Amino acid sequence: MSKINCQCGHENPFGTVLCERCGRPQTTEAKQSETVDMRYEGSARRSQTYKRSIIDRIWNFFSSVKIGISIIVAVLVTSAIGTLFPQKLYVPVSTDADIAAYYERLYGVFGTIYYKLGFYDMYNSWWFITLVGMLGTSIIIASVDRVFPLYKSLKKQRTKRHASFMKVQRIFGEGSSDDPDEALGKAEEKLKSLRYNVKTEEGALLAEKNRFSRWGPYINHAGLIIFLFGILLRGIPGFYVDETMWIREGETRSIPGAPGYFLESKGFILENYTKDEAKEIYGEALDRVGSIAKNYQTDVALYKNKEGGLPGQSEHRKLEKEYSIIVNKPLTFDGYSIFQMDFRLDELKAMTFQLTQKETGKSLGEFTVDLVDPEDTYELAEGTKVKLLDYYPDYDGVENGEPVSKSPIPNNPAFIFEMVTPEKPDGERSFVAIRQTLETEENAYKVNFIKADTRDISGLTIRKDRTLYILLFGGIIFMIGVAMGSYWNHRRIWIQKGKDNTLLIAAHTNKNWFSLKKELNQVQDIAHLPAYEDRLDKESTSENLEGDQQ
Amino acid sequence: MASKSKKKKRLVIRTVVLLLLVSAVVYTIAFKDKVDVLAVGDMAPDFELTDLDGNKHRLSDYKGEGVFLNFWGTWCGPCKREMPFMESQYKAFEKKGVHILAVNIKGSDLKVEAFRDNYKLTFPIAIDKTESVKEVYNIIPLPTTFLINKEGRIEQIITREMSEDEIKSHMESIQPD
Repeated sequence: MSKINCQCGHENPFGTVLCERCGRPQTTEAKQSETVDMRYEGSARRSQTYKRSIIDRIWNFFSSVKIGISIIVAVLVTSAIGTLFPQKLYVPVSTDADIAAYYERLYGVFGTIYYKLGFYDMYNSWWFITLVGMLGTSIIIASVDRVFPLYKSLKKQRTKRHASFMKVQRIFGEGSSDDPDEALGKAEEKLKSLRYNVKTEEGALLAEKNRFSRWGPYINHAGLIIFLFGILLRGIPGFYVDETMWIREGETRSIPGAPGYFLESKGFILENYTKDEAKEIYGEALDRVGSIAKNYQTDVALYKNKEGGLPGQSEHRKLEKEYSIIVNKPLTFDGYSIFQMDFRLDELKAMTFQLTQKETGKSLGEFTVDLVDPEDTYELAEGTKVKLLDYYPDYDGVENGEPVSKSPIPNNPAFIFEMVTPEKPDGERSFVAIRQTLETEENAYKVNFIKADTRDISGLTIRKDRTLYILLFGGIIFMIGVAMGSYWNHRRIWIQKGKDNTLLIAAHTNKNWFSLKKELNQVQDIAHLPAYEDRLDKESTSENLEGDQQ
Repeated sequence: MASKSKKKKRLVIRTVVLLLLVSAVVYTIAFKDKVDVLAVGDMAPDFELTDLDGNKHRLSDYKGEGVFLNFWGTWCGPCKREMPFMESQYKAFEKKGVHILAVNIKGSDLKVEAFRDNYKLTFPIAIDKTESVKEVYNIIPLPTTFLINKEGRIEQIITREMSEDEIKSHMESIQPD
């Protein structure tokens, strides 16, 4: 961890390539090569200075750009693998065993491996979150380790550099001048008109422009970190909600993800274009496909539990607003948005029956059974009534001598009726399902199905995203950083007097060398500076460039 | 020495930064699915439901006593099978300060009453018509049973059918002294 002592007397930290003060190359590599790597101004990366404790070792690990790139590649590769088969979210089964079986059935051995390694739910897997966390750590540490030394060395850079520093620059020229002082003066004037900041010191000049573009990459990384932070916040309750609900016409339900709020569906509307109103635009299509939807709409009422109201209480609800949810026109309240997403038409809602005498076919009256909230007795006339003893909304056969319903949804309703008539005051029992009537003994009366009423179901999604503005902010910062680093270039030109009326020129930019050389040529013309050479692009020396411009 | 204190400061800063980053990752992994899911040891959220007989049951009224909170559906086979066991244990534990509250999901009055009469159940049964209690307790499979102790904390969450012996030992576990 020894310090590096430069010939000029300055003490540089370990890892320094170019002396912080005079610019003399410090490493053997830098001394021997023709040009020097000017990244981070040849300053020591912070992490290189200490390698002692375990903390420093971890810090150094994340500070490495190589490690950073490896992490990015790992994230890319795993993300790509994650798109090979569908994610868990899109798999139509829910229990773990079913999911495993699903992948095995559809994708064979690869499906099983995919499932075992956790790729089926990749974005929630511990290793993917860890990888992204490592990426964030790498971005933060690598940036901090570089931006501070770079800032310091640019801030305290000297105007007069040692000749050896000039000589290892990519653009370098040396030659005699008739009047070096006059040349310096003219160059200064011209550089100022080219909007350079010019500093002079003992026969040396440093012209610099757009230093701020060097901060572009760091600002862009800060934007990324803000973005990642926003994503992280989604895990905290109250910041992010993405839920779905199915609500039937006439139903009032608590809204998933929005505690204390209730939604009542007053009706679902599906409208199609008629031939008359849209003949011009859709006429052809209507002939082909039959119908084109014009509107999907759910009319709702939103209720809120009053202050101190508890889940389950109904008397504490108060109407907040009534609204028609249309596609792309969500119901919004308290940061939530409820969108129209899906629908199912014509679920059974009520069934109307008729009580008839079998022998004569005479009707004793009709009654309607609400399939959602049925009543237990239907009075038809004096001494005539039908009692509903039990009801199976989704009848699925008989198990252990008992009829069973496989769900609470009235897909296949079945009823046990008791028919009380003046003729049979003790009642007759009948089991009625769709297209099926069972009687324990021969009855004199029967219940006939007359008609059914249906209702529609709306599929809604509930969204809330408090992190959206953080993500937007992160995105804007990111783009500002990209623009700063891409559309502006940090350019520096050094000119200084050498021995015996000679002049040395050197120049550096972080990108767009062509424009730097163009500007340098303009200065050269006015101030009669010596010719220079671009060591990495020998074809385009100053003479060539001038020749091209004619 | 000046540089020594500088080194120490740097070590502290680096440790803090790394710890913050690690805890952010750990937090994300640990809480990814559990955002609004209740866990053992949490306070059971309060609610108020009206049973089939019209009596109101507020969870906080049972403070100091145990509550066996069972969510069920009339169509659900396992729920049906465990109901008679619950009934017999209800009779044994009601005087020992452990209450049963059965919350029906998606049932109609008629259906639930028929069920109760059929199985001769005497413990209070309430229908969660708006499903708001189901939402708060994040009920996915039926039956799901929450054992709530005398402090109002969740002692255990059971998401499957129970035998009579299991029901008995669960009820003992939340019996106040």
